Amino acid sequence: MSDASRTDRGTASGILGRVFSRDHRVIGLQYFFLSLTAALVGIALSALMRFHLVWPGASLPFFGAIKPEQYLAMLTMHGTLMIFFVLTTAPQGAFGNYFLPLQIGAREMAFPRLNMLSFWFTLLAFLVLLSAFFVSGGAPISGWTHYPPLSAVPSAGPGQGTGMDLWIASIGLFCFASVLGSINFIVTVLDRRAPGMTMMRLPLTVWAWFITAILSLLAFTVLHAAILLLFLDRHAGTSFFVPEGVVVNGSVLQHSGGSPLLWQHLFWFFGHPEVYIAILPGMGLTSHLLSTFARKPVFGYRAMVYAMMAIGALGFMVWGHHMFVSGMNPFAAFAFSVMTMVIGVPSAIKTFNWLGTLWRGSIRLTVPMMFAIGFVSVFVTGGLSGPILAQPALDMYLHDTYFVVAHFHLIMGVAAVLGIFAGTYFWFPKMFGRQMNSTLGYLHFWITFVGAYAIFLPMHFLGMAGHPRRYSQLTDVHYLQALVPLQRFITLAAFVTIAGQAIFLVNLFWSMRRGQVAETNPWEATTLEWGEPTDSLTVARGAYEFNVPGAKAEFLPQREGQDAS
Amino acid sequence: MARFPRSDEIESPGRIDHGGSGIPRYGGGDGDGDSGDAYPDYYQKLRRYRLFVFLVFIAVFIFFTALSSAYIIRRGNGHLDWQTGAFVRDWQPLTLPPILLVNTLLLALSSCTLEFARRNLIRQIALAPAIAIPGIAPEKKRSAPWLTLTLILGGGFLAGQLLAWEQLRAAGVFVATNPSSSFFYILTASHALHLAGGMLALLYAASLSIFSRKLEREVVVVDVTSWYWHFMGLLWIYIFLLLRFAQ
Repeated sequence: MSDASRTDRGTASGILGRVFSRDHRVIGLQYFFLSLTAALVGIALSALMRFHLVWPGASLPFFGAIKPEQYLAMLTMHGTLMIFFVLTTAPQGAFGNYFLPLQIGAREMAFPRLNMLSFWFTLLAFLVLLSAFFVSGGAPISGWTHYPPLSAVPSAGPGQGTGMDLWIASIGLFCFASVLGSINFIVTVLDRRAPGMTMMRLPLTVWAWFITAILSLLAFTVLHAAILLLFLDRHAGTSFFVPEGVVVNGSVLQHSGGSPLLWQHLFWFFGHPEVYIAILPGMGLTSHLLSTFARKPVFGYRAMVYAMMAIGALGFMVWGHHMFVSGMNPFAAFAFSVMTMVIGVPSAIKTFNWLGTLWRGSIRLTVPMMFAIGFVSVFVTGGLSGPILAQPALDMYLHDTYFVVAHFHLIMGVAAVLGIFAGTYFWFPKMFGRQMNSTLGYLHFWITFVGAYAIFLPMHFLGMAGHPRRYSQLTDVHYLQALVPLQRFITLAAFVTIAGQAIFLVNLFWSMRRGQVAETNPWEATTLEWGEPTDSLTVARGAYEFNVPGAKAEFLPQREGQDAS
Repeated sequence: MARFPRSDEIESPGRIDHGGSGIPRYGGGDGDGDSGDAYPDYYQKLRRYRLFVFLVFIAVFIFFTALSSAYIIRRGNGHLDWQTGAFVRDWQPLTLPPILLVNTLLLALSSCTLEFARRNLIRQIALAPAIAIPGIAPEKKRSAPWLTLTLILGGGFLAGQLLAWEQLRAAGVFVATNPSSSFFYILTASHALHLAGGMLALLYAASLSIFSRKLEREVVVVDVTSWYWHFMGLLWIYIFLLLRFAQ
């Protein structure tokens, strides 16, 4: 049952009131559909890129042949859209906003108006970013990491003028919205928990959103400072990032003494925690779902919490591993390398605890459970290439190859996306009052899961064979000839996987209207969001009391007085 | 001058639990402070907004830490001169306009006046229940217009910063002149912008005291803004020291 019966409060009536709503559930859905739109644009871009990589000369209807600079623009926009507007927005903005207050027994976020503001700033950021496609020169081409001097010099290429400025404006707005949003999340968790909801009774999803919010608060502010300096280098004639004597289009630039490395340090100080901002909510949800559908308490609840904290804290000490080939001091590289491998410890704790949760459980292979197990699978696969890349000597060779593309897509992209899908199938009954079709759900899962492996596993081999990334056209390069069939296979796999997402879209929109009407607690879950809405509630126990020895019911809801439902 | 109660004497109500146990608190999603005349609600709101402003400190602090680390690194940057083979640093130390000292004094004073305004209001709200009892009419005490004074001093600080920029520009020191001047303008402008945000909040509080007479909300706004303002003061001193001694 959806909780539409709860009276709308704190929200003005009428259409304007519904659009500019302060209701966390409405804002959650707004974020959800925003990131769905961003994901569709991002997927379309990746389809075009995969097409171009294999058939570089081919002409597309209405589009013509893709030019190299257009390929780079697509690369940049794909990365930006997916990282900021999908992987950051969907798990935290959409599910976090909708379910964090429900799961802690709060009626609202701590600052509903601020929450609304965050969403509208994010939407504005999205529109500003998309507008970069339509200005003269098109979208920026310097990749989502925007290394100077390329990004700092408007004349450095098509898209580096207005397009790049729009990118900076968009990310500036996004940072502001994220900081406001994360403050809201932190205050809500600390201040709005229902009586009895101690920190150690919080569902792991809430812990993940909480830690993610802390990371956002610390990371996005640094990015904000960095893009401010980049903007000044572009327009005020300062020299923070542009070194002496850079020649662009035959003329020497006036800048002097800046350091491109400085940008990389600032950017990756944000950029690496950003990876955990994307993946931590997925980890929390996976823990939650494995426990719920294995009908067992989470194996090592406290260890899970501490592991997430450790991952969050260590995430701020490893940014240099993105810069091994940048000319950074090798001693610094060694330190970053060790810290990076240390992250393997809490990650392994989480993985073993997930397996421990599954071990000898009464596993119910529902659709969300399939996606949660899929999450564990790609997290391990993508994670195992981490310690390889963490070693400077190996990274020197692999850094600019498809090996890295495979690594970060599996661990950050695919894992987080599987988490988003799991959340959608799991919480759909709560969000829309109906169930999604499970046959289509299983079909969607297998196409996505197998498809993702078919796309990204071969990329490891491309990388080991020395196939560079980021280039638009390498089909005629002699030493890569043998790899062309593999690239073609990846492209075909990508097309099939992308087509499979249509099943999800159909299921999503069809089920909203026509899906089977859901019961109050269709998954027999314990957390507060699955109870009937009441005016006051007290929390009696932790979040994962399944098959507790001596208990009279198979599962014990967290809410007081709901023992035997 | 009357003795102002120490903030911890009256501010820590003691009866407010920290999420988890105690009074039932399900709910209270009050649209950022539209409702609520009841007392516990006021304390909750005060605590929530203080938490909010504390997190804003962290965000602002990290922002300026990022700029400072860029400052330190950029100061040591340079390039190899191909002719001589020497390492050339292009950072030229900047002489700060002396008016900054006056500005610092203004900002410090404004912090004091705002603290008086805050304590005054807290005292008013602590006495409010007693005043509501019929027959008890404590003497009306007129206090100095601390909020207005703060606004004037804060405005003076911002005007002084503008004057400092004017002086530098008159001396031919612009944003792009040297990294040292770039950082001077960026740090002072970012700080001024953040302080202007505090000014807006104070203006809002002043308008509340004139138009709405909702004491609770005014107290919350002034209390939170004063913490923010003190933080801005400390931040300015940090920036000033950085600019003065790390040239």
